[in-house]
Amino acid sequence: MIERKDVEYVARLARLRLSEEEQERMARELGAVLGYIEHIEELDLSGVEPTSHVVDLVNSLRSDEVRESLPREAALANAPEVVDNGFAVPAAGS
Amino acid sequence: MSADLIALSAAQAAVALHAGEIDAAELFSAYADRVAGEQIGAYLWREEGNPLVERPADFRSTPLAGVPIAVKDLFCMEGVPSTAASKILEGYLPPYTATSIARLQAAGASVLGKTNMDEFAMGSSNENSGYKTVKNPWDETRVPGGSSGGSAAAVAAGLAPWATGTDTGGSIRQPASLCGLVGLKPTYGSVSRYGMIAFASSLDQAGPITRDVTDAALMLKYMQGKDERDSTSTGLPDEVELPSATDLNGKRFGVPSTIDWSGVQPGVKAVFDAAVERLTALGAEVVEITLPHAEHGLSAYYLIAPAEASANLARFDGVRFGLRSEGEGLTAMYENTRHDGFGAEVKRRIMLGTYALSSGYYDAYYGRAQLVRTKIADDFRAAFNKCDFVVTPTSPTVAFKVGERVEDPLAMYLSDLFTVPMSLAGIPAISVPAGLATPDGAAQAAPGDDGALPVGLQIAGPAHSENALLDAAFAFERATEHMPAPWER
Amino acid sequence: MSQNTATEYEAVIGLEIHVQLSTNTKMFCGCQLQFGADPNTLTCPVCLGHPGTLPVPNEKAVRYAIATGLALGCSIAPRSMFHRKNYFYPDLPKGYQISQFDVPICSDGELAGVRIHRAHMEEDAAKNIHVGESGRIHGAGRTVVDYNRGGTPLVEIVTEPDIRSGAQAREWLQLLRATIKQLGVSDVNMEEGSLRCDANISIRPVGATELGTKTELKNMNSFRFIERGIDAEIARQTALVNAGEKVRQETLHFDPSTGSLTSLRSKEESHDYRYFPEPDLVPVAPPAELIEEIRASLPELPLEKADHFENGLGLSVDTARFLAFNAEIGAYYQEVLLEAGADVDAKRTADWVTGELVARIGADADPAESKVTPVALAQLVTMVGEKKVTNAGAKTVLDRLVESGGVPEQIVEAEGLAAMGDGDELAGIVDAALEANPKAVDDMKAGNMKAIGAVIGFVMKQTQGRADGGEVTRIVREKLGL
Ligand SMILES: [Zn+2]
Repeated sequence: MIERKDVEYVARLARLRLSEEEQERMARELGAVLGYIEHIEELDLSGVEPTSHVVDLVNSLRSDEVRESLPREAALANAPEVVDNGFAVPAAGS
Repeated sequence: MSADLIALSAAQAAVALHAGEIDAAELFSAYADRVAGEQIGAYLWREEGNPLVERPADFRSTPLAGVPIAVKDLFCMEGVPSTAASKILEGYLPPYTATSIARLQAAGASVLGKTNMDEFAMGSSNENSGYKTVKNPWDETRVPGGSSGGSAAAVAAGLAPWATGTDTGGSIRQPASLCGLVGLKPTYGSVSRYGMIAFASSLDQAGPITRDVTDAALMLKYMQGKDERDSTSTGLPDEVELPSATDLNGKRFGVPSTIDWSGVQPGVKAVFDAAVERLTALGAEVVEITLPHAEHGLSAYYLIAPAEASANLARFDGVRFGLRSEGEGLTAMYENTRHDGFGAEVKRRIMLGTYALSSGYYDAYYGRAQLVRTKIADDFRAAFNKCDFVVTPTSPTVAFKVGERVEDPLAMYLSDLFTVPMSLAGIPAISVPAGLATPDGAAQAAPGDDGALPVGLQIAGPAHSENALLDAAFAFERATEHMPAPWER
Repeated sequence: MSQNTATEYEAVIGLEIHVQLSTNTKMFCGCQLQFGADPNTLTCPVCLGHPGTLPVPNEKAVRYAIATGLALGCSIAPRSMFHRKNYFYPDLPKGYQISQFDVPICSDGELAGVRIHRAHMEEDAAKNIHVGESGRIHGAGRTVVDYNRGGTPLVEIVTEPDIRSGAQAREWLQLLRATIKQLGVSDVNMEEGSLRCDANISIRPVGATELGTKTELKNMNSFRFIERGIDAEIARQTALVNAGEKVRQETLHFDPSTGSLTSLRSKEESHDYRYFPEPDLVPVAPPAELIEEIRASLPELPLEKADHFENGLGLSVDTARFLAFNAEIGAYYQEVLLEAGADVDAKRTADWVTGELVARIGADADPAESKVTPVALAQLVTMVGEKKVTNAGAKTVLDRLVESGGVPEQIVEAEGLAAMGDGDELAGIVDAALEANPKAVDDMKAGNMKAIGAVIGFVMKQTQGRADGGEVTRIVREKLGL
């Protein structure tokens, strides 16, 4: 249904560290859910348009007017680590 | 005196406040005292001051005149801990307030506190809170439902006259049903999503959890409205009216013949059948309709919602706010933070959603779910040619035992069987208390029966039919024998 | 594989250009756009990706994207959507970039023989600053993120692989830049990053139709480096293939100081971006009237301008293109023409702008920012035309104008640079010159008009360059009966 290597790959994409045991469990649980979900494969859906929005709106735009930004202290207030008035993280690869 | 204050519904309290019959600060204190001593895990944060004493001018001459309210922890409030019941947001103090809450506050609601919930609104039992589980006030060994379980438990336990909830696949309606309350999921777009921590953006909708239908209308009136900060918001086309219908003459209620009753407890079915009889007695015509794709609603929902969630929850990365768990290098920091910060159910849904969107699977999963969604919306459109409202049970079962379903995610997901199709179609639906069943769900029960648990009726209408829906629910509520809530006993 | 004669290869180049739009505010929030502001002073809950926040698209940015598409001859989609492009990086606050995917707002255009595949709207990333070893407890270096730039509206333009050389890429990009500049939708300043270019490069035997393995050359920040970088990469690929090796698909960085190409460490996973329709945004469906309104308000664009310069004003092809493709210089030239009035010689004016003025201030400078006002240059060119000042005198005047500005007439007067007319004074000086150069007179009489140089030289020396050479020649011929 869903293999361990798929679980590993998806966990990597989602930036989730999973222990061996969690991977094991995840494969089992996702397998069960996907097994249920796969019934939609049986439906004939040819010619059906996809629905990504249920509201019948287009062009919901705002005018190009400046709004006040946050004071820097407020912007940084929740940050786990601040260096030189910026949000610091472990060095990102180039 | 305090007990008399708690006895007032929100609408009654507003009237009494305007008439000067009760004091707003005392009303707030009466609830705040109860909240301070609560033992059912309903609140994650409580207001320790009394805004009615500190800032009386903010409430004078407002429509709600200070009526206290509980707010689901999914809504951001400036400077107030807002965590979505997740460890990853522990200590987070938003720099802004959600539009819907700001509107309620502007209308004079005073916030008692933030209510517990399933982490990021993912769950149907409130057992997925990152902080503590919530007990159902009807039976503390049982779950209150979810994800707005804290809100429902708070209202059922008299810890708030009313509370805001959010509903993605049933998270207002199902806990309302399991706690004997009214819960309304409005038409998608009616209430601004700005400031509501996103679970599944195309499905999330905020709404009221209240003691009665009138309060639901009153809260919706002050919550709804187009918001320039939410480009998917439309507001409701008509002013929300307080309901007044006493009969259902000329109204047609559709009962889906496509319901598979095998997964529904007999007691729930019996309460539903009795409810349909009462509709007829009120003058309604009951017709048979079909929702042929509704049975696939859960499948579509459990692809679409996790897929959107997997992206919505990517921002919890330990950079700008919330938890950070350090590691060797950037990727390790991300992975450790998200490993430590998210609970098991959230991880499960992120994994499911990421998988459904990943290269090679999009068409089979996410893409296909969008097609099923179209068919479900089409089913409802066709149904509403034959009837004004569609009725189903809200939940297939009464409140289940804490721990009963935690090891079986799929069984838990089935709790949303009846509520998910309306979410996918974006249409309004309300859960109204319909009766009681025995604790094992085997049979109907009567008020006063030992351990009897509430059962809700779900009524759904076409998009933007909220006024008609509230009127129908109101007429039904009047015709239904009152079931004293836990706080009344 | 050995060959007697070396195979000839041609390069196949496609460009991806990111253009920051010069709106007042960001793509999805009301934060002001301002280059060089203090870090993290132009942010809000939306562009910091706070929980619960939602994007609302900037109407002006949509307009600018449509204008860009129209200027590039694209069709505008009657209905296009935003998608989420998912990946983790600190400069991406939401963990996804809002972009467009299967239906971009603009597609299928063409500019000067290079086909435009698509042009779509998206938001810019923030700025990562590496602060190096900091001696902190957690690991070595830190990256510090400034979210001011995050959320700047971008149009990403993707060409078809229709370019064949670095020089062509450079010239085409200059035209693209001038076109966008003319539209007024971007500052297109490469140094500040408001115009950024990546190139996809492959080579194939001349005559082949299949594409070879391509490499991506990232983020070249000047026209010169683009040309050099592309040529270096073509040379590298050609050498590889000639040596019997294969080109590997990779992303490269060109270091202009050493001329070398380095491979960027590939991201740790394949690019599985999990695009899906952005549920927070509704489709963009510009009404046909809006598109026509924007089309009607497009300014004269560089290609049309070059055509006008060449065929309307009679400039050479090269001068016409130079003026049209160098937006600032072209605009300045048109200003000068306007100030000089209908009778001015457009060609002479062009020579003064593209030759004399550019030589003095440099081709990269904006003449409008020099001390030479268009009014002043117009006056100077008119004076030359009216022979009130000689070419040599006018060049001296221009020197003064470039140094400290001013009014040409006053400079001419103050420095005594006025051309001598055909009056008696000049005739007298010519007499003296003939007298002083008897050999030249003899030579001229013998039919060698080249000898007039000595006479003219004498006159110029006497008049300090104020005499008109043509006038001197006329008088000499008259006096000698030639
Ligand atoms: Zn902003």
